[in-house]
Amino acid sequence: MLAFIIRRLLSTVLVMGLVGVFIFLLLHLSPGDPAGIIAGDNATPAQIEAIKTSLGLNDPLHLQFGRWALRVVSGDLGISIFSNVPVATLIAQRVWPTISLAFTTIVLAVLLALAAGVLAAWKAGSLLDRLVMILSVVGFSVPVFVVGYLLIYVFAITLRWLPVQGYVPLAEGFWPWASHLVLPSLALGLAYVALIARITRTAMLDVLAEDYMRTARAKGVATGPMLFKHALKSAGVPIVTVVGIGIALLIGGVVITETVFNLPGIGRLVVDAISKRDYPIIQGVILLFSGVYVIINLLVDLSYTLLDPRIRY
Amino acid sequence: MTAPLLEVEDLKTHFFNEDGVTRAVDGLSFSVAAQETVGIVGESGCGKTVTALSILHLLPPRLGRIVGGRILFEGTDLTRLGERQLRQVRGNRIGMIFQEPMTSLNPVLSIGHQIAEAVRIHKGASAAAARARAQEMLELVRIPDAGRRLDDYPHQFSGGMRQRVMIAMALACDPKMLIADEPTTALDVTIQAQVLKLMLELKAKTGAAIVLITHDLGVVAETCQRVVVMYAGRKVEEAPVKQLFARPAHPYTRGLLASIARGKAGARAKRLREIPGMVPSLREPIHGCAFAPRCAFALEACRLEQPGLAPVAGEPEHQAACLRLPAVLAS
Amino acid sequence: MTVAAAPIARLSRRNGLWHFLRRNPTLVGGVVVLVLVALAALAAPLIAGDPIAAKPMNRLKPPSSLNWLGTDQLGRDVWARTVYGARISLVVGVAVASIAMAVGLMIGLLAGFSRAVESVVMRLLDGLMAIPAILLAIAFVSLSRASVPVVVAAIVLPEIPRVVRLVRAVVLSVREQPFVEAAVASGTRLPKILRRHILPATVPPLIVQATYVAASAILIEAALSFLGAGTPPEIPTWGNMIASSRVYLGLAPWTIFGPGLALALVVLAVNLVGDGLRDRLDPRIARRM
Repeated sequence: MLAFIIRRLLSTVLVMGLVGVFIFLLLHLSPGDPAGIIAGDNATPAQIEAIKTSLGLNDPLHLQFGRWALRVVSGDLGISIFSNVPVATLIAQRVWPTISLAFTTIVLAVLLALAAGVLAAWKAGSLLDRLVMILSVVGFSVPVFVVGYLLIYVFAITLRWLPVQGYVPLAEGFWPWASHLVLPSLALGLAYVALIARITRTAMLDVLAEDYMRTARAKGVATGPMLFKHALKSAGVPIVTVVGIGIALLIGGVVITETVFNLPGIGRLVVDAISKRDYPIIQGVILLFSGVYVIINLLVDLSYTLLDPRIRY
Repeated sequence: MTAPLLEVEDLKTHFFNEDGVTRAVDGLSFSVAAQETVGIVGESGCGKTVTALSILHLLPPRLGRIVGGRILFEGTDLTRLGERQLRQVRGNRIGMIFQEPMTSLNPVLSIGHQIAEAVRIHKGASAAAARARAQEMLELVRIPDAGRRLDDYPHQFSGGMRQRVMIAMALACDPKMLIADEPTTALDVTIQAQVLKLMLELKAKTGAAIVLITHDLGVVAETCQRVVVMYAGRKVEEAPVKQLFARPAHPYTRGLLASIARGKAGARAKRLREIPGMVPSLREPIHGCAFAPRCAFALEACRLEQPGLAPVAGEPEHQAACLRLPAVLAS
Repeated sequence: MTVAAAPIARLSRRNGLWHFLRRNPTLVGGVVVLVLVALAALAAPLIAGDPIAAKPMNRLKPPSSLNWLGTDQLGRDVWARTVYGARISLVVGVAVASIAMAVGLMIGLLAGFSRAVESVVMRLLDGLMAIPAILLAIAFVSLSRASVPVVVAAIVLPEIPRVVRLVRAVVLSVREQPFVEAAVASGTRLPKILRRHILPATVPPLIVQATYVAASAILIEAALSFLGAGTPPEIPTWGNMIASSRVYLGLAPWTIFGPGLALALVVLAVNLVGDGLRDRLDPRIARRM
């Protein structure tokens, strides 16, 4: 087991290294002169040259990469071209809204999706089942920002149940914090819910057809424990796998959601950086998010041993 | 005479799917007395497993339904009970074990947990008490090192041991009756004998009645006190085990016994004797005797009306559903 | 006595268009929607009117017989812009799907046949897949001059790994088949094996995957446009229409929901087509039909 963990950690490091290489190469291999683009259309050759030097773009490639990699590993994600503030600082300032959003979304989405998937499998073929399947295809097809504006229009503008946009830190009260996160979580999580509900339903259908479910029934186990203790746990591995892979959807959607709902998080940081072509910020955030994704999937792999005792590394 | 523990009266269980109706059990009646071991025997598709599932109402929810008859257990008609009340019977007053030990245990829950669960549900025991009882049951079924093995998972046990775990689980709440659906069919021959022996010992210890479903006449001969022979969803013969083997009355039973390879010295058959013909489709209603198309003794009358059970002369507990009983017995 | 006759087996599968329609309503529905949208996009100049002409006097008018989806903040006809916006979405969807399939197929075939290529490529793909698609596309676009080909390239990049994995899996499983071993043993050369056995096996799952890639591409393109990291703002796309009209959500919701619903409809149609194709082409599911 320990050997497995070590192997996976090494593999993770390798993948992050590759991510670093890709990001680095992107800057250098993309069409057009990055320094020129960063400097903008009105820049003088001198300004472009200055940017080139500040980004170290005139040195041999491998040297640049080595320098950059060392800096990243020690926590230095570069400096924002526009504001001259270290990228790491900018990220740290904006981390809490993003974490709050991610947390509420994941919790809400997983609970909702598991409930829907289990219910749909239990009542397979019924109207409820069809409804869940239809909603899940729809949920997967509507883009996050469309869902977001729809929710705002209905619940915030028309019904006035919830605030239109913005973020309130948890320190200022639970309900204000939560109420500002309800709509964003729903918008961001919809595609995620659709994905997980579908896989839950499929996995549960397979498990419910197994012999050991009949044994449980013959023992007199009630419906609730049958579905959740006996069946869901057994179906855990594929479901948890999708929960991990789906995080990629969430990460991508965070950028959009924070824009729609005006949350001052890391996503908005990236969007601002786009218009200013502030590449160090984009680079830093990509590294951060990729790292998060990779670590989450590592945790998912490790969770398999907890879910299914037959899996031992 | 005391009332029987289980009394099945004219049970009819049908399966419904888009192709039509399958009459899996078509008017079956039999009874089981307390502490008795009754075997239900017949070939695949004769309805014996469906009978077992019908008793505890474990049929696939949308497909199978009991459409007629009564199942009286300790005086209560099980067919009239709702799911909630049935749950109080299952695993508690009637235990059941199934054919496939490899797939009948939940792979992600420890076996101690699965055994203790029955005790917690039905006896309201605390987790500690239930666990103690689970260990007791494991020791009863002779799983070595029971205390440690409580926390093991099914994949860590062999097929024979898993079946023993199933037995432990079924008997954990001290049921009055155990239904065993082909409990040894999927096991190696040597293990089969061990498991059967265990079942009989446990029966002696706990005083439970056993309904043993099997297609294997050898198993029946070794373990049962009375036998019910089924064919095409109906009972064709019923007798105490010795009488059935000594003097089979129904042509089908005779055919079954004749088709078993027997190493009788001096009377070695060169070829296994088979029963000609095929089992009738259960999709269509069967008129008259179900076995008539394959029966050497059949007359026109046999195809017109379904024969009732007639007693065999001199053996009051021996009955067969055949119109030509005297002729069959004489041959 | 007559033996009970077995019910006449319903062996004949009634073929024909009507039967196909009844059995696959979602697949047919999706295709119909897409065809209609494609035709509308092609015929945009004829049916839609002018997407660019700004009539400030006419701004933020609700839907009417004159402006089917109302007008936006510059007085432009939302219906016209929505129809023209379909062009970009469809072009990007088809382009990304085709290129990703072609590139993925080539790399996947190589990976399926050469251990060396496989080990290197799969590792690289692991790295690529760790970067969320939108962020990768954003990074790519932000380093180049915005244009449709750049956007297409930016979206193709994160979609390639999925395709490669699929192709490699198919190649590996087909290679194991006895008939392929027989072909190799009887001296059939590689190109022929590829053409006759491997490629035909990759086609059905690739087609299904292509639709999902197209759906994903349309969504990502819209997101990029919405964030300002997409095609130049002069070209109307559903994403940038929504972005520029954001502040008018309360006043003039049609400016947002016109393109929004069009987007949802098209992606839904593509997903339904994908699901329908998967149900028909996957041999395990198709057999149950």
